[in-house]
Amino acid sequence: MLKNFFPNKIISLTNRTINSLTILLVIVITFGFIYALILSPPDHIQGDSVRIMYVHVPSSFIALTCFGFIGIASICNLIFKIKFMPLLAKSLAPIGFVFSLISIVTGSLWGKPTWGIWWVWDARLVSMLILFIFYSVYILTWKFIKNFEKANKMSSAIGILGTLNLPIIKYSVDWWSTLHQSSSITFTSAPTIHYTMLIPLTIMFLGMLIYSLIIFLMRYKTELMKFKVNKKKNKNN
Amino acid sequence: MFTKKVKSRIFFLFLLLISISVVIFFILKSLEKNVVYFLSPTEIYNKSSISSEKIIRVGGLVKINSINKKGTTVNFIITDLKKEIIVSYNGLVPNLFSEGKGVVAEGKLRDKKYFVADKILAKHDENYMPPEVSKALEESNN
Repeated sequence: MLKNFFPNKIISLTNRTINSLTILLVIVITFGFIYALILSPPDHIQGDSVRIMYVHVPSSFIALTCFGFIGIASICNLIFKIKFMPLLAKSLAPIGFVFSLISIVTGSLWGKPTWGIWWVWDARLVSMLILFIFYSVYILTWKFIKNFEKANKMSSAIGILGTLNLPIIKYSVDWWSTLHQSSSITFTSAPTIHYTMLIPLTIMFLGMLIYSLIIFLMRYKTELMKFKVNKKKNKNN
Repeated sequence: MFTKKVKSRIFFLFLLLISISVVIFFILKSLEKNVVYFLSPTEIYNKSSISSEKIIRVGGLVKINSINKKGTTVNFIITDLKKEIIVSYNGLVPNLFSEGKGVVAEGKLRDKKYFVADKILAKHDENYMPPEVSKALEESNN
């Protein structure tokens, strides 16, 4: 499994793989949207505004998972000095950045009709905002520090620090009293979402995951090529 | 298995992570008063000193049959099933504000039993289901 993400495999990745993934994405997302927006029932309390959940929950999950991977890659990078680890983390960052932004914006849109307010300073919302800031800083380090080795070390440190925020986000709703409701899907107990709403949620999640994979593969391939070209240039000088 | 250099890096990073986690833990612990978004009626009851100047938030369930609307003024009781607080509010309430459901009120305490709110937020729980299922559940409970 991990071998598939080794540089040689990615470089030889053809457009055909990406195209077939894109076709799959269109099918899954179309089906997901139809199910989530039309076929699934409204909620017994929130009515139709519950449909925001089908975008909000998967994007939050992907934003968290992406940073988890960045954290793992950063640790591996600092300890074992594996060459392609920083490139892997670097290509994951924009995906997480966009999805954390989507999560915050859709959450805000959901908050107005249900809670009666766009934004509150409760633990879940603030820790999510901190994750978004971590993503921004992570991307900016790569943008503004021109020396590769320096940028590599800085961004890895940021990646590891930001990972410590992930359990805080996850458990903020259990540790403190928050306006944000607690998790409906947990490791330990049955989901508290009725299956007619859980199915579209899963489909939407799958669709967003495929989308993330496509963007990741494209970015990762570009990063690897750039890295190789730079290496050749440095040798010639 | 690992070389000496790698081993020392693992050790260093591990120590660093542990110490940072401990620091974060203590920071959050000391900030707990600010991190907590609202207090329950029991927590307010147990407080030794209350100030009627500071803006605080009280959260819990709206007691059933306690909402009393007069013009734009709404009076209701927030309960955590142990202690209760009477809340008085003037203004519009969110759509999801109803009896038996979660609520967070922001405002000032008059005393431990009486709260004047200037903002009402509805809190909903993590249970999502279609209306028919909710109706069926209610019927089977009665």
